[in-house]
Amino acid sequence: MSATILALPDQSTARIPKMNYLSKENGLLSWLLTGDHKRIAILYLISITFFFFIGGSLAGLIRLELLTPQSDLMAADTYNKVFSMHGLIMVFFFLVPSVPATIGNFFIPMMVGAKDLALPKINLLSWYLYILAGGLMLYTMCTGGVDTGWTFTTPLSTHYLNTNVAGAALAVFVAGFSSIFTGLNFVVTIHKMRCPGMTWFRLPLFVWSHYAASILMVLGTPVLAITLVLVILERIAHIGVFDPAYGGDPLLFQHLFWFYSHPAVYIMILPGFGVISEVVSTFSRKRVFGYTAVAFSSVAIAVFGFFVWAHHMFIMGISNYAALVFSLLTMLVAVPSAIKIFNWAFTLYKGSVTFETPMLYAIGFMGLFTIGGMTGVFLGSTGTDIHLTETYFVVAHFHFVMVGGMLMAFLSGIHFWWPKMTGRMYPEKISQFAAVVTYIGFNLTFFPQFILGMLGMPRRYASYPPEFQVLNVFSTAGATVLGVGYLLPVLYLTWSLKYGQIAGNNPWQATGLEWQVQSPPLSENFPEIPIMDHEAYDYEWLDRQQAKEVASV
Amino acid sequence: MSEPHAPEHHIVSPKVYLAIFFSLLVLTALTTAASFVEMYVFNVVVALAIAVVKASLVVLFFMHVKYSSKLTKLTLASGLFVFLGLLTMTLADYISRAWGRW
Amino acid sequence: MSDSTAIDNNVAAATHLEHPPYQRHHFETIAQQFDATNFAMWLFLLTEIMFFGGLFTAYLIMRNWYYPAFVEGSHYLSIVWGTTNTGVLITSSFTMAMGVWCAETRRKSGLILCLVLTFVLGIVFLCIKGIEWHGEWVEHHVPGLNYSVQNFVNPASNPEVYAEYHDKPLGADMAVRTEEYFFLYFAMTGMHALHMIVGISILVFMIFRARAGAYTNGHVTFVENFGLYWHFVDIIWIFLFPLLYLISRHG
Repeated sequence: MSATILALPDQSTARIPKMNYLSKENGLLSWLLTGDHKRIAILYLISITFFFFIGGSLAGLIRLELLTPQSDLMAADTYNKVFSMHGLIMVFFFLVPSVPATIGNFFIPMMVGAKDLALPKINLLSWYLYILAGGLMLYTMCTGGVDTGWTFTTPLSTHYLNTNVAGAALAVFVAGFSSIFTGLNFVVTIHKMRCPGMTWFRLPLFVWSHYAASILMVLGTPVLAITLVLVILERIAHIGVFDPAYGGDPLLFQHLFWFYSHPAVYIMILPGFGVISEVVSTFSRKRVFGYTAVAFSSVAIAVFGFFVWAHHMFIMGISNYAALVFSLLTMLVAVPSAIKIFNWAFTLYKGSVTFETPMLYAIGFMGLFTIGGMTGVFLGSTGTDIHLTETYFVVAHFHFVMVGGMLMAFLSGIHFWWPKMTGRMYPEKISQFAAVVTYIGFNLTFFPQFILGMLGMPRRYASYPPEFQVLNVFSTAGATVLGVGYLLPVLYLTWSLKYGQIAGNNPWQATGLEWQVQSPPLSENFPEIPIMDHEAYDYEWLDRQQAKEVASV
Repeated sequence: MSEPHAPEHHIVSPKVYLAIFFSLLVLTALTTAASFVEMYVFNVVVALAIAVVKASLVVLFFMHVKYSSKLTKLTLASGLFVFLGLLTMTLADYISRAWGRW
Repeated sequence: MSDSTAIDNNVAAATHLEHPPYQRHHFETIAQQFDATNFAMWLFLLTEIMFFGGLFTAYLIMRNWYYPAFVEGSHYLSIVWGTTNTGVLITSSFTMAMGVWCAETRRKSGLILCLVLTFVLGIVFLCIKGIEWHGEWVEHHVPGLNYSVQNFVNPASNPEVYAEYHDKPLGADMAVRTEEYFFLYFAMTGMHALHMIVGISILVFMIFRARAGAYTNGHVTFVENFGLYWHFVDIIWIFLFPLLYLISRHG
């Protein structure tokens, strides 16, 4: 890669600023009792990385088991527990908090020009709830595990299983409140804490997409909470509304569960959209094409997202007419998603594109998310869905969206904002290598699963007919490559904390307010509250600003 | 007294509170009384209508929504909208399950 | 939700204009702080709407499925206690609203009186609820613990209720579904009572703080926001009352 926009200060004289949020106070207590959104973001970053690697190891076990057609590495029961725990940890302890609780927590107050989130103590509380829930989930895992799948499907979960369903449900319940409080904090901050001049249409698109995701967190999560309470009650009291043996309706559970869990996939992916908007704009030196359309498409996804949930239930015996309506509404979600993809592509068009690591991940995101999204449309149409649902096609589809989409976006964002968070650059060459390895590994892992699904291999089984083995071997091999791709950033990012180059205020020449202050930032972000006097992504404003600085020197 | 709140902050007078309080008591008596009258399907309609009126009174006056910003009103409206979405879309499935099977 | 002490008095804070001690360091003005916490409370209430919304949905669907069982089940609730409790809760909402007014107009003793009254009425509500629950226990109507369908396969076994409603005996398959009604009854009133208990605990805290003059110095945010919560719990009951007690009397 020849061209780069990277502008680092002279390394022989540059120093990390002495006063910053990291150096302000020392000691464990100053972290555990902090109200500073940046420190809480770091706490979250460490915790979700921890859970990501637990969930990732479980995924490794799953792929290892599926290397051979027989159930030989572990018993079928154990396999059920492993994939259930993989799903629960990855969904509730990695994907849902991934970008919002780390990058969002760190940068939303800075992007809107505030000193902190509106409710710093609630923010800290939400981290503690997350840790409590995570501890409970690990305890559940170590004391027998749970084998319902991450969906807690009734009556399996309420009637037939003797595993720790109640513990796992309680953990998800608590994690849900952690997510509610994060979302609530963001909505209040975005509404009430914007600095003078920061109108809604001057907000970075990162903020818009978090706004949409936060609305979903606030309105969707409580329904999951009450549903899980009913599941727990049903297990304890042996009476309830979900188990047909007691006169309940398992479909009612599905309705209530997916009322949250479908919007939950937008909770997971929308913040990723925000990252991609920032990165694509910065590395093409252009304002995001159709800013307003991209902003509103986030909100549209949030609104439509509430009215499509029954597409998870097409084969479960819901009414054909309802299936028709939900199928149609599902297609509608593809429109705002496509608006985003097209607008990012148009942003690239005639931009001065450079290919630093965040951009590599972002381009990976655009490709993989498009495939994930398009296969989502297949699954949204009833006829195709009846053939493909509960096969590996579905597994491949949501891994393309969640891993190929969200995880790529997360890594893109981490690399993009790493210099701001730590004051130091990550090593460029090896990180580009990691991005490429991740991309190759990902495709090798999950593309064969589309074919497996089309051929009819069902999900959630420890064994499969021998004719599926070739593709499964490909998939397992890919998972190994993917694992290397995820391990590398942990190593070199840790390394860079001490040995990375000094980044300076604005290594990417980006326009966001967060880039105009020192890195790492001060405890209250800004020496004085900024006044926003230009549009978002206004690179000419940045040029003028820099010209002014040079002139004054 | 220094101005501690946003300028539009409205202090509702006790008279209003008292009037609302009595209306709520009257409506409670009314809804209980109505339940003793046989009105077939309208028993449900009347009971829920009165409940909606009571809830609106509480929301508008006790919770100050009548005097609040558009944002508060919008927030409340969006909550009700999503709740009604949950209710109607779920019911849409239940109601139409038997269609076409007679 | 908010705290009356500014926690961070470093250099940056010192450059600010004079502001009251209860303004948190990261807000520019006290109006912004009030707006933000008030809005946050409303958002929290939205989550509560959706939380109870799931229960209401379940109730609606189950009631339509097992209509006769829900009708006869509800005949065993006491309409007198239900109406009384509605009155109690509405009165407590009124005293809470008056408390907010006292705080706004800086009437310290009035505020304490209102809070204490709200507290007492909340306790009274829970006591009445407890009496009702105890009644259900005696009648063997607690699902999962001591449930018996006796009253529904043989309505004459409870002469009092039978005299009033003349319920027909339910078939065995429908009679067991009355347990479904009582399950939802306990889930809904229990969840509501849990919210009351949380509210009452916060009230105790507030009474002590009010005696120290915390809310009559112009900083009414906490009282206002708690008031919103309390009224919201009241509204839930306003819907639970007709749904559980009233609408099935002529089923």
